Amino acid sequence: MKMKFHLIYTLALSSLFFSCDKDNYTAPKSELAGQIVYKGEPVGVEFAQVRVQLWQPGFGKLAAIDAGVSQDGAYSALLFNGDYKLVFPKGDGPFKTIVKDAAVMDTLFVKVAGNQKLDLEVLPYYMIRNTKFSGGESKVSVSLKLEKIITGVDSKEIERVSLYVNTSQFVSRGVNISVKDVNGSDIKDLNTISLITTVPALPTAQNYVYARVGVKIRDVEDMVFSTVEKVQL
Amino acid sequence: MKRIFYSILTVMLTLSVGCNDDKFLNRPPTSLLSDDQVWTDEGQVLSLIGNLYNRYYDIASVKDWASLAGFNEAFFSNAGSYGEFQNNGWGVSNWGTWDYGYIRDINLFIEKCTAADKLNADVKDLFLAEARFLRASYYFELVKRMGGVPLILEPLTYDFSGDPSYLRRPRAKESEIYDFVIKEAEEIKTKLPVNAGEKSRVTKAAVLAMQARAALYAGSIAKYGVNTPQVALTGGEVGIPATLATGYYTKALAAAREIISGSAGAYALYTKKPDLSENFASIFYDKSNNSEVIFADDFKLKSGKVHGFTISNQPRYGAEEEEGGRINPSLNFVEAFEKLDNTFAPIPTVNSSGAPIYYTNQVDIFAGRDARLGGTVLLPGTSFKGRPVDIWAGFQLANGSIISGDDRGGQKTLPGKTVPEQVVGFDGPIDGFEFTAQSGFYIRKYLDPVVGSGQRGVQSEVWFVRYRYAEVLLNAAEAAFELGNLADAALYMNQVRARAGLLTPLTASEISFDRIVHERRVELAFEGHYLYDMKRWRIAHLIMDGNVISASELSTDLGKATKRNTQPWGLWSYKIYDPGSANNGKWIYKVTKLSRVTGADRFQLGNYYSYIADDIINNNPRIVRNPNH
Repeated sequence: MKMKFHLIYTLALSSLFFSCDKDNYTAPKSELAGQIVYKGEPVGVEFAQVRVQLWQPGFGKLAAIDAGVSQDGAYSALLFNGDYKLVFPKGDGPFKTIVKDAAVMDTLFVKVAGNQKLDLEVLPYYMIRNTKFSGGESKVSVSLKLEKIITGVDSKEIERVSLYVNTSQFVSRGVNISVKDVNGSDIKDLNTISLITTVPALPTAQNYVYARVGVKIRDVEDMVFSTVEKVQL
Repeated sequence: MKRIFYSILTVMLTLSVGCNDDKFLNRPPTSLLSDDQVWTDEGQVLSLIGNLYNRYYDIASVKDWASLAGFNEAFFSNAGSYGEFQNNGWGVSNWGTWDYGYIRDINLFIEKCTAADKLNADVKDLFLAEARFLRASYYFELVKRMGGVPLILEPLTYDFSGDPSYLRRPRAKESEIYDFVIKEAEEIKTKLPVNAGEKSRVTKAAVLAMQARAALYAGSIAKYGVNTPQVALTGGEVGIPATLATGYYTKALAAAREIISGSAGAYALYTKKPDLSENFASIFYDKSNNSEVIFADDFKLKSGKVHGFTISNQPRYGAEEEEGGRINPSLNFVEAFEKLDNTFAPIPTVNSSGAPIYYTNQVDIFAGRDARLGGTVLLPGTSFKGRPVDIWAGFQLANGSIISGDDRGGQKTLPGKTVPEQVVGFDGPIDGFEFTAQSGFYIRKYLDPVVGSGQRGVQSEVWFVRYRYAEVLLNAAEAAFELGNLADAALYMNQVRARAGLLTPLTASEISFDRIVHERRVELAFEGHYLYDMKRWRIAHLIMDGNVISASELSTDLGKATKRNTQPWGLWSYKIYDPGSANNGKWIYKVTKLSRVTGADRFQLGNYYSYIADDIINNNPRIVRNPNH
């Protein structure tokens, strides 16, 4: 008798440990990835500052899926298959988005089914061209050319051009060991700009640094950047 | 067996007898009060309004030490807080608030209080005015953080019809919320008592102070909003047209003048103590006949409403608990204090040729400065609760090498000696050692000098001042300055400066935007004004632009409104050990970059107004998003 009761309790208890897989979704597997480009050429930005937003309507309450844009303009997101709307948050990025028509504005409609690559075409205010870095004797110098992409009423002035140097591949306004700024008003010719900066004593034993050039555009929050280059000292 | 069964059955049957007595069953609950019971009794209503007072929103308060000292005005000597100096800014959701539950409770209070007919008419008017003040205060808080919000002035009730869309209200314009706050203040000020002795309940002066501050904020957003055209919405939910600026400044000046004229009670700057630094610190802990404080969040020992600010921030050496020293004001902030001749100068660590300056006493380096420095910051060489703080980073030998320890009061043997001795202060600074004065400074504002204030079992009853007379004067000065009345601006500002020992008055022509910004920064430091001030002047993104601060630029452009402030720096003192030299035992100072500070803050345009959460927008699609989100 006693045994039986124990058995019943144990059985009842063990039933609590059963579960079903009805409410367990599989993790999203489809990767949507790409780069921010202007005419096929990547647009460099600051890491962790620009993002792409994906919205998936049709499932009740909405919340954006943010996909960060890395230094070289690449983004990626793991998603469930389905229909998504892709936008840049307003005012994000050193570029203007391309407005298709009045109805959809700059929204991209993306159908995700399996992995896919999608480059996002934008209109940057400026593009940095022909960057040539050189280093030596604790100095890093660069020469470059700026191309003004947006002209006319929407064009914006250059606030400053900056050369950033860091010990690691992450180089930005906030993460650097050396900066050289040139104000936009001091730039006479967009085709020949050169900057030089002194590299302080490095905290690690290395004979190279990473450098990149950024352009701050007036009234635009994010800066446009060149690629990151390794410079031998 | 049977007998036991029957007896159990009998007992159970007896217990299961019920009755049908309505009176017995329908007894009033003893743990709830009905509306009738509450709204006939003044004492009950007082406890209701007390609840609403306690839910007042402060962006910074002594209840949360870290909220007072952000934005690189201080370093946090607290291992859990180093991350704040290693990231590069803030999320767009920071500082957000959306407590419509609070607004609903106030609206219910107002509705029921208006309907209550058994309360004395005078008392009822006072309660209603207080509730309206609290509601206006929270809308003011909302508009500062979120921009224009739905203006709900009656309790909304859902009819359970399945369609709640009729309850959805769009955001009002930013200017409309400010207008509401100003109008409410205008209407209720005559219904509130003129009583300078009342600090924790709202008085006429408190309402006027809120009105002046709100109008000033609105005026500056209207005037300086043009500098950040991206921080605006086409519907006016964010951004105020520039044409309204003059009107707001005029209202701000009028409200501030009403307090200054004395018609709202006898308020004056606090000047009880002869030592000006001590005097300044006393404003925040002296609660007897304090003529300066207008409205405060009060605390009381042994009442349950106490706070641990002193525990968290007392000097670590000799602390009443094994903690303290969390807020370390930065050198950036310390250097903002002027010299007594109204000029700005870096703290003199080296002379013009770059050689270190030797000081006989540790505190001498800070001599001849604005007395508010010593009242706000606990400087090396000064005392708290009668005990000198022990802040020094080590010995410097004749050859320039440093001998220091890695524990509080650590000991080492100096060259030429045989016995180990203390080589670093018991208060640090030791880089990366929490609770020591890592920047070289401790905070003094709000520290409670009463014995026991640093004990967890006692805590502190120092109040948190929300409105005080000096701010009213500075509000008046700023409004007068913006209206072009420089003489009055100088008049008001000089009163505040004279109290700090800056006895040479500024002339009208010396009053500038930079001066206004500077004066508020040093007078109202750690009081919850810095963020809002930077936001309304639209200079936050210039001050915190994401660039690291180099040692050379740290001391340039002092007193400039948009001076970069992205990383906290420290100032460490060393004792000279050089027997035989005249400098033996003297002090030198070195500007120090702390190893825990690796990031540089950038205030993004999206930080000007906080993110409205997705669930709020999902529930009410009429809400438009804030700019840059």
